[in-house]
Amino acid sequence: MITYPFQYKRADSVADAVAMLGEGGKALSGGHSLIPSMKLRLNAPDTLVDVGRIAELKTITVDGNDLVIGAGATHGQIASSSVVKQHVPMFAEGAAHIGDPSVRNRGTIGGSLAHADPSADWPAMVLAADATIVVQGANGSRSIAASDFFTGLFSTALEDDELITAIRVSSQADAKMTYQKFAQPASRYALVGCAVVKSADGSVRVAFSGVSDTPFRDSAAESQLNGGASSANAASGQSIMSDHFATEEYRRHLANVYLKRALAAVA
Amino acid sequence: MQINLTVNGKARASEVEDRTLLVYYLREQLGLTGAHVACDTSSCGACTVHVDGVAVKSCTLLAAQADGCQVTTIEGLASGNDLHPLQQGFKECHGLQCGFCTPGMIMTAADLLNTNPHPSETEIRVALEGNICRCTGYHNIVKAIQWAAEHQAVPA
Ligand SMILES: Cc1cc2nc3c(=O)[nH]c(=O)nc-3n(C[C@H](O)[C@H](O)[C@H](O)COP(=O)(O)OP(=O)(O)OC[C@H]3O[C@@H](n4cnc5c(N)ncnc54)[C@H](O)[C@@H]3O)c2cc1C
Ligand code: FES
Ligand code: FES
Repeated sequence: MITYPFQYKRADSVADAVAMLGEGGKALSGGHSLIPSMKLRLNAPDTLVDVGRIAELKTITVDGNDLVIGAGATHGQIASSSVVKQHVPMFAEGAAHIGDPSVRNRGTIGGSLAHADPSADWPAMVLAADATIVVQGANGSRSIAASDFFTGLFSTALEDDELITAIRVSSQADAKMTYQKFAQPASRYALVGCAVVKSADGSVRVAFSGVSDTPFRDSAAESQLNGGASSANAASGQSIMSDHFATEEYRRHLANVYLKRALAAVA
Repeated sequence: MQINLTVNGKARASEVEDRTLLVYYLREQLGLTGAHVACDTSSCGACTVHVDGVAVKSCTLLAAQADGCQVTTIEGLASGNDLHPLQQGFKECHGLQCGFCTPGMIMTAADLLNTNPHPSETEIRVALEGNICRCTGYHNIVKAIQWAAEHQAVPA
């Protein structure tokens, strides 16, 4: 399969990339969502801006109390990062189960978040970790709370000419956290993915991927759990996806099973 | 556009279309037909090659993205007439039936052994999650990789 023709450009820096996006280009990071969709001709950008070589997007650092993961860090890099394991271990745990080793060698956290596939793993994790998505556009930098970032099916709060530069998350070394998914057997995408973070004070944050067409914080379950209940109904009040992999009823069932498993893992 | 890269140790300067996928560049422009195209949808791993030492699905990478990189294909694994331990292992353990998936299996396994020279059976099976064998010869593929792990010359 071959994509429609396009022009390939390579950005050497964030500033360079932002300028090229401003001229109508589309960012290419690991290419593991974009290239398959272009091969299927579901997507036909005129210009690709390869941001995959920008060194400043690939670093994983600690800044004060925050872990800062460059948007271009690959899933594999995050899965094996000792700073990630120390500060937000769920990110390493979840990243290790994305796709297969070759997908993890190329695919990046920034690409996954921008793509906003409802079945992707990162959305539930960044929501439950209460992370911030740092983006750069022509007018400078802004920070978007994960809870404001996902706006619908494959849709985000990102403007066309904005580049995600980093994911910033406060160190949660004293919290218990887990990401549990039922992986679709062929692709390993989350049929249901549940992320739970339990802070040192016992309060929990719950988020789901794969369940609804938009990943979400499960505030209904959170208020039951934070009100003292030991279990909760998953995804109440949410519209649940139904497709040839799983009916609405089955997805809702799995959401409850995976919430239970995740809560057991942080107990 | 012009790309300059090293393929199996040989410097190459080639003119490609911007949209050329790495696997088609290797197969059609360089005649290296070891990397196979099976699913063409990033799922089966038959097209796996190494770019700068790590396994990638060459049907899901532009040739342009490999510009300036070191690419290794199955054709570049043996040294002269000496098979790579993985190639030898697949031969010894009957690790292939039709052989279509084999180049991808070996390139994925080579990446695994580079980072984890003595993997457990489970680690081998997990590493092969992105490689599909339509002949379903997985047990012998795992044995072949175990054979290679035992017989490889591990740098100290
Ligand atoms: C076989 C297979 C299995 C997979 N399994 C899983 C799985 O189990 N779980 C899972 O979560 N994902 C899975 N994926 C998807 C994979 O994780 C992708 O790598 C990821 O979704 C996209 O990241 P990328 O770096 O490849 O982005 P790209 O494909 O390069 O880009 C995706 C989109 O994001 C935009 N973009 C990229 N970088 C930026 C940036 N810095 N700022 C703004 N926009 C940007 C692009 O313009 C494009 O619209 C799988 C993919 C494949 C091929
Ligand atoms: S042909 Fe590339 S993964 Fe199947
Ligand atoms: S040996 Fe036939 S596909 Fe694997």
